[in-house]
Amino acid sequence: MGFNEMHAEAVAGVVDRVINRYKRDPTCMLQILREVQESCDWIPPEAIDRMQAMLGVPRTKIEGVAGFYSFIYTEPRGKYRVLFSDNITDRMQGNRAMMERLCNNLWVERGKVSEDGLVSVGKTACTGLCDQGPGMMVNNYAIGGMSEQRIDEIAELIRNKVPLAEWPPAYFKIEDNIRRADILLNADFKPGEALLAARARAPSDGLNASNMRSWREGLPSGIGGPGATLDEIKRSGLRGRGGAGFTTGLKWEACRNAQLKAGHQRIVVCNADEGEPGTFKDRVLLSKCPDLVFEGMTVAAYAIGATRGFVYLRGEYRYLLDHLNAVLAHRRRENLLGKDICGLPGADFDIEIHVGAGAYVCGEESALIESLEGKRGTPRNRPPFPVTNGYLDQPTIVNNVETFAAAAMIALNGGEWYAGIGTKHSSGTKILSVSGDCARPGIYEYPFGISIRQVLEDCGATDTQAVQVSGPSGVCVDASEFDRIIGFEDIPTAGAFTIFNKTRDMFEVARNYVHFFQHESCGFCTPCRVGTSLLKNLMDKLHYGSGSPYDFAEIEKLNQLLQSMSHCGLGHTACNPVLDTIAKFRPYYEKRMMQQDFTPAFDLDRELSAARQMTGRDDAGAHLVTEHGGQA
Amino acid sequence: MTEKKKLKVATTSLAGCFGCHMSFLDIDERLFTLLEHIEFDRSPLTDIKTCSPDCDIGIIEGGLCNAENVHVLREFRKNCKILIAMGACAINGGLPAQRNHLPLTTILEEVYHTSPGLANGMIPNDPELPLPLNQVHPIHEVVKIDYFMPGCPPSGRRNLEGADRSVGRQGARTRAWPDAL
Amino acid sequence: MSYTFTLDGKVIPFADGQTIIQAASAAGVFIPHLCYHPEFKPHGSCKLCTVRVNGRHTASCTMRASAGMVVESETEEINAERRALTQMLFVEGNHFCPSCEQSGNCQLQATAYHLGMMSPHYDHFFPNRPVDASHPEVLLEFNRCILCSLCVRASRDVDGKNVFALSGRGIKTHLIVNAKSGAAGRYGLRAG
Ligand SMILES: Cc1cc2nc3c(=O)[nH]c(=O)nc-3n(C[C@H](O)[C@H](O)[C@H](O)COP(=O)(O)O)c2cc1C
Ligand code: SF4
Ligand code: SF4
Ligand code: FES
Ligand code: FES
Repeated sequence: MGFNEMHAEAVAGVVDRVINRYKRDPTCMLQILREVQESCDWIPPEAIDRMQAMLGVPRTKIEGVAGFYSFIYTEPRGKYRVLFSDNITDRMQGNRAMMERLCNNLWVERGKVSEDGLVSVGKTACTGLCDQGPGMMVNNYAIGGMSEQRIDEIAELIRNKVPLAEWPPAYFKIEDNIRRADILLNADFKPGEALLAARARAPSDGLNASNMRSWREGLPSGIGGPGATLDEIKRSGLRGRGGAGFTTGLKWEACRNAQLKAGHQRIVVCNADEGEPGTFKDRVLLSKCPDLVFEGMTVAAYAIGATRGFVYLRGEYRYLLDHLNAVLAHRRRENLLGKDICGLPGADFDIEIHVGAGAYVCGEESALIESLEGKRGTPRNRPPFPVTNGYLDQPTIVNNVETFAAAAMIALNGGEWYAGIGTKHSSGTKILSVSGDCARPGIYEYPFGISIRQVLEDCGATDTQAVQVSGPSGVCVDASEFDRIIGFEDIPTAGAFTIFNKTRDMFEVARNYVHFFQHESCGFCTPCRVGTSLLKNLMDKLHYGSGSPYDFAEIEKLNQLLQSMSHCGLGHTACNPVLDTIAKFRPYYEKRMMQQDFTPAFDLDRELSAARQMTGRDDAGAHLVTEHGGQA
Repeated sequence: MTEKKKLKVATTSLAGCFGCHMSFLDIDERLFTLLEHIEFDRSPLTDIKTCSPDCDIGIIEGGLCNAENVHVLREFRKNCKILIAMGACAINGGLPAQRNHLPLTTILEEVYHTSPGLANGMIPNDPELPLPLNQVHPIHEVVKIDYFMPGCPPSGRRNLEGADRSVGRQGARTRAWPDAL
Repeated sequence: MSYTFTLDGKVIPFADGQTIIQAASAAGVFIPHLCYHPEFKPHGSCKLCTVRVNGRHTASCTMRASAGMVVESETEEINAERRALTQMLFVEGNHFCPSCEQSGNCQLQATAYHLGMMSPHYDHFFPNRPVDASHPEVLLEFNRCILCSLCVRASRDVDGKNVFALSGRGIKTHLIVNAKSGAAGRYGLRAG
C-alpha cells in the first residue's frame, strides 16, 4: 500500500468518528472534511461515500465544498504536504531559493507529489508570518524563520518519515514580536471583568431584557445593561478593524433590533480569517490575549442578545486551535461562557471555533457565513445583510478580532475613555502588522493619528521607497506621503504595513499581489473570475517584456470593469495595487514597457517548439522572431 | 479634374477555408460598382503575391495555424493602413482552433505515425514547409486589428456594407465594421 | 400609491418583492441576462443584467425594486461593460459558434449579437474541457459551460435531484455531476 492509501473500512471508521463528533450536522461539512483529512492525508472517494451516507447530503455538494478550499485535497498530496508562503515579503526573504532547495533535496517537482507519494511541495498565499519569514506550512502547521539549514533538516525528517509530532518543537514556535503595546496589548485585564462592568451598567435585569424578550419589548436604550453597553460602544466611536470601518455600535444595534423568527437566535461571529497579505495582528491578539477577544464577543452577545458565537479561524492558524479551545474550556468553568453567565439568569452564550481551509474570500463576512454553514465560500447577494439574515438566516454580527478586543476594553472602561484616545474621527488604537524592509518587524499598537513616518522610524526602516498600507486591497504610499496618518480620515487600514526599500522593484510587488487576487477569486462572478486572470496575464506580459501602451490601456479598462461589475470587495480592489504603482512608480513599468507597439503576449518562436522537436528542424524557417504588430 | 484615387485593397486566407472569400464574391454584380472605387492588390483574386507598401485596407480570412500564416499576417500589418479580421476563424480561431486542447505532438503522432496514410510514418520536415504552431491563434492576438467582421462566413450583404463604409459611400444599411472593441 | 420606479426614464410598476428585472420583463422591457431565468431562484453571478440604480451598479436580477428608484440600463457605458463581460465568457470557454449545435438557439450568442460584440477582444484561454459522453441520452458539453448554474438550480431546486454542482474555485471553477466516477453515465441521469 502506498503512503496515501487506507483500507475503505479504516476510512469509514475515521469518517464516522468525525461525523459523530459533529453530531451528523451537515453545516459542519468543512470542519468534517478538514478533520477527516487530518487523519487520512486527503479526502479519498470512500470518505465521500461515507459522508454522503452519514450526512444525507448529495455527493455533488460534498465535492463542491471540498473543491473550493485550497487546503482540502481530493487527490493524494503526500504524507507530508509542504506549502511555502508566497507573499511578497516571503519572496524578499528568499522563499523561492529555499523552495528550490527543498525540492532538490527531496527529488520532487514543485507543485507535484513525489513519485513514491511521500511528499508534495507547493506554494500558498501569505501565511501571516511576514515578521518571521519565510514561512511555510507542513500538513497545515505553520513553521516560521525558514533557513537553508532548517530546509535541510526538514528534508531529512521527511526522508526518514519522522511523524510531524516528533519534529523539533522549536520549528513550530511562532513569535508574537510585540514591539509597541498600548491599551489592547498592554491591557491590565482579568477575564470576566469587562462582563461584570457591562452588567454593572444596569441596576437590574440587563441580560434578560435582550435574551428573553422580543426586540419590541426591549428596554429603551440607556437603561438596561445591554442597552447601556451598546450605548458605551456607540459613545466610543469604535469602527470595525477588519477593513471596511463600519461603525460597530450601529451594526450591533441593527442586529439587536432585527426581528427574531421562531426558533432563531442571534449570532456573534469573530472574523479571524486574516487573509489580507501582510496582516498578522489577529494572530498575535489570539495568541497573546484570547480572553480579551472572547470577552469582547461575550460583551457583544450581552449587548445584542445573542446566544451562539463562532470564531472563524483561518486554516493557517490551525496551530492556535488547541490553545484557544483550552481557553474556552476554562471560561466555561469560570462561568464566563455557558448558561447563566456571571450568575445572570438567561445569560446563555457559548463560542465554537471553526477553522478555515485556505480561502481568502472567506474573510468577506457573507462568504464567511456561507463557509460556517458548511458551504462553498461564495459571497452572498446583499441586501439582506447579515445583521438581519446571517448564519442560517438568523441575525448575525460579524466583527474583526481586534474590534472585539476593543469592545471588551470599552465595556470595562467606558466609551468616553476610549473616545479620548486617537483622533477626533478615529477613536482608539490600531494594531499594525509591520513587515518588509525594516530592522524590527512585528506588532505595533498605536493610537490612531500616527504618521507613516513615525512608524517607519520606530521600526527602524531606512531608505524606504514605499509602504503598502492595509495589504493589496489597501493603498501604496510613496515617500512624498509619509506625513499622512493612519486613521479613517486619511489612510484607513486593516493592519498590514509592508515596507519596501529603494532596492525593491514595485512592479514585481504589484505583480505578486495580482497573482494573489487571481488565485483567491472565488469564481462566482464573471468580471472577477475572468478579469483577475486577464489582469494576471497582462502583468505577466509586462514582466516578460512584451508590454506596450496598449496593455496599459487594457489594465485601466479592466479596473473600471472590476470596480463596477464585481460581486464583492475582492473584485473591487483587485486592480488597486496595479493602479497605485502605475501612478506612483511609473518608471518600473516604463522599464518593462519595452515595446512601443502592440506585441503578442506569448512567444511566437516557442509556439513552434513542438513542431521543431517532432521534425528535428532548426533552420531559419523553423523559427519566428519577435515583431511588433502595429501601433498600439 | 483628376479622378479620385482608388483604395488599394489586399486580401488573404490564412488558416481558413476560403469561405469568406467566396462570400465576398457573393456581392455579385455590385462588385463592378465597387471596382470603380477600389483596386485589388495582393489577393487570391489577383494572384499578386506580395503587398504593395501603400495598401489602404487589408482583409484577413482565417487564423494563425503555422509560421507562414504569421509571416503573411505581419506583411499585411506592415503594408496596410487598416486591417480587417474577416470571419470566425480570423476572429477566434474557428474550426482549426478546435485542435487547441490537444498537444501538437499528439496530433502529429496520430496523423503521421499511428493512422494509416501516405506519410510512411514520417513527419514531413522539408524546410519548404511551414511548421505548425502549438496552438491556433486568432489574429488579434498577434497584430493589432482595426475592425472585425464576424460570421462564418460573413454574408455578401455584410461584405458590401463594409465595403460601402470604407469607400465612404452613404447608405450602409446597418452597422458594419464597427469600431474595434 | 407610488409602486413604480423609472427605467431609462420609463415608468415601471412593480409588486412587493419583485426584482428589477422581473418588474422590467413584466412591463415588456428587456434587460440582458444569462444566469437569470424566471423560473429559478435568482443567482446574480454572470453580472450581465447589471444596471445603475441611483448611480450605483447593481445586478438587476437580485436587486429588489423599490419605489422611486432611478434605474439606467441601455446606456452606452453599461452596454460596453456588458459587452466586455460577454467577451470574457467567450474567451474563458470554447465557443465555436459555427460548429455548435446550439447556434441560433443560444442565449450567449444572442446576447453577443444584442450587444454588438464583434470580436472576443481578449486573448483566448482555450481551456481543455473534455466532453462527457458517458450517458446514452445526455451529452455534457463542458466547453460551452458559462457557469451560470441554471442546471444546478433546476436539478437542485426543482427536480430535487442535485445532479449538478459547481466545484473548484476562481478560474478553475467547473461543473461536476453526481457520480463517483465523475461521469454522467454512471448516475442514471434521465433525459426528458
Ligand atoms: C475579500 C475580503 C476579505 C476580507 N477579509 C477579512 C478578514 O480577513 N478579516 C476581517 O476582519 N475582515 C475581512 N473583510 C471584511 C469583512 O467583510 C467585514 O467587513 C469585517 O469582518 C467586519 O468586521 P469589522 O466591522 O469589525 O471590521 C474582508 C472583506 C473582503 C471583501
Ligand atoms: S468579486 Fe471575485 S471573489 Fe467576489 S464574488 Fe466575484 S468572483 Fe467571487
Ligand atoms: S452547464 Fe449548467 S452552469 Fe454551465 S452554462 Fe449550462 S446551465 Fe449554466
Ligand atoms: S473560412 Fe471564413 S470563417 Fe472559416
Ligand atoms: S442575470 Fe443577473 S447576474 Fe446573471
